[in-house]
Amino acid sequence: MSTLPSIAHVLLALLLAPLMPGVINRVKAWFAGRRGPPLVQGYRDLSKLLHKGAVYSKTTTWLFVAGPIIGLACILTALLIVPLGSVPSLISFQGDFLLAAYLLALMRFFTILAALDTGSSFEGMGASREAFYSALAEPALLLALAAMATQSGSLSLSPIYAAVNWHAMTSLAGPALLLVAAALLIVFLTENARIPVDDPNTHLELTMIHEVMVLDHSGPDFAMIQYAAMLKLWVLGTLLVGIVIPVRSGWWPVDLAVGIAGLMALAALVGVIESVIARLRLIRVPQFLVAASVLSILALVLVMR
Amino acid sequence: MNAWLDTILVLLILTNLHLLGSSRISACIRTVAAQALLLAVVSVLAQPSHVGLRLLLLAAVSTTIKAGVLPWLLRRASREAGVQTEDEPFVGFTTSLLLGLGLLGAALHLAGRLRLPLPGADTPTFLVPVALFTIMVGLLVIVGRRKAVMQALGYLAMENGVYAFGLAFAVEEPMLVEMGVLLDVFVAVFVMGIAIHHISREFDHIDVDRLSVLKD
Repeated sequence: MSTLPSIAHVLLALLLAPLMPGVINRVKAWFAGRRGPPLVQGYRDLSKLLHKGAVYSKTTTWLFVAGPIIGLACILTALLIVPLGSVPSLISFQGDFLLAAYLLALMRFFTILAALDTGSSFEGMGASREAFYSALAEPALLLALAAMATQSGSLSLSPIYAAVNWHAMTSLAGPALLLVAAALLIVFLTENARIPVDDPNTHLELTMIHEVMVLDHSGPDFAMIQYAAMLKLWVLGTLLVGIVIPVRSGWWPVDLAVGIAGLMALAALVGVIESVIARLRLIRVPQFLVAASVLSILALVLVMR
Repeated sequence: MNAWLDTILVLLILTNLHLLGSSRISACIRTVAAQALLLAVVSVLAQPSHVGLRLLLLAAVSTTIKAGVLPWLLRRASREAGVQTEDEPFVGFTTSLLLGLGLLGAALHLAGRLRLPLPGADTPTFLVPVALFTIMVGLLVIVGRRKAVMQALGYLAMENGVYAFGLAFAVEEPMLVEMGVLLDVFVAVFVMGIAIHHISREFDHIDVDRLSVLKD
């Protein structure tokens, strides 16, 4: 009985994750005065890709095939670890936030390996950038979670997020939590390859990062990558929504519904961000990410004093 | 009450970090002006038992000068010199941000060690480290930036820090001292504004490092 809310969260995440890019694209289309693709476009893309065959270059090895599979497996495992607000995660143990962070890193590592495996210099360039920026985003994520762990006095994500409530937000920890939220938003945008760090729409420009790495994948492999990316939006989104929407009603269906509404609102916010600001110049991105780390450290200092 | 004060102090820290990380001079001028406004709120919140007409008046005057007159003066100076951005600082922006974090740590450590004779138990303990931090950031900006306008801004940030430091002890007498300091700052920034104007007219730029080649 006690695991029912967690199972419901995981199932709903698996089911609703493709909606998030749909919401983002709809908001962007609305800003541009277009009607935009339907909200269920994500499902349609996935089903189309799954019905296609995969094409493999002769130069690729098993790494190229393994990349999408391991990536999807990593993000599915991470989904089992993250709580959504007060809805606890399915698996919970001391220090699980480190595992969540490193599952994301493992996913990225295999995407990078698969990109390098194609032997394309273009994909190698994207892989190099992905490695560089994620190395800068990782301290921001870990320090932000460390600040929250210090604030709640727990090393496991579920108790950490259960400790965030209206009382904590209005007490002395409130400013620190808002700083953590700001840092996590930057990490969220970076890790999901959104503006202002990366532009998900530019397939053929020299400045893109994530999209260039998956150019050679096709059919079911590409479907796995797309689905993993949608779930990554969800997983990192839960970390952020758990802070900025501190609704802890005590009745889990309400909390779950509010959390999912928060995730969709986050997707809408991403759409707004992508519509109103431009992508940063490539050399300015590291400064942006260092700023996220600075916010995290500041939050850590505030909760530790 | 205390949570509000904490939020404002955190915002002060953020303005300092923004001052270190931003290359646009107009954004930096706005940041320093915002700092002065935040300090005005702090001066009311920090010593709620001492708020009186005199304190409010002094706070209003100093805020008008620091958030209104001086930013206007500097904005005018930078516009007339045709300088919008700090292009090649002596200390890079990312480095400045990281140094700023180090300074914040140093300020917290120092404030913990200082044992200041703070008046009363309701003095916010976080105000002193933030004040020290603001002073240090001001110094870092003076040392690390090439444009004369930015150095004037660093000077203003430092003065904001001194003001915040005084607020931690703010019964009314230190406010009078503060008015004297404010007058000095006003005159200094006024002179700097004129100097910047003359430097830019004479040399077509306001890079201070090249002033060292001036010899008589």
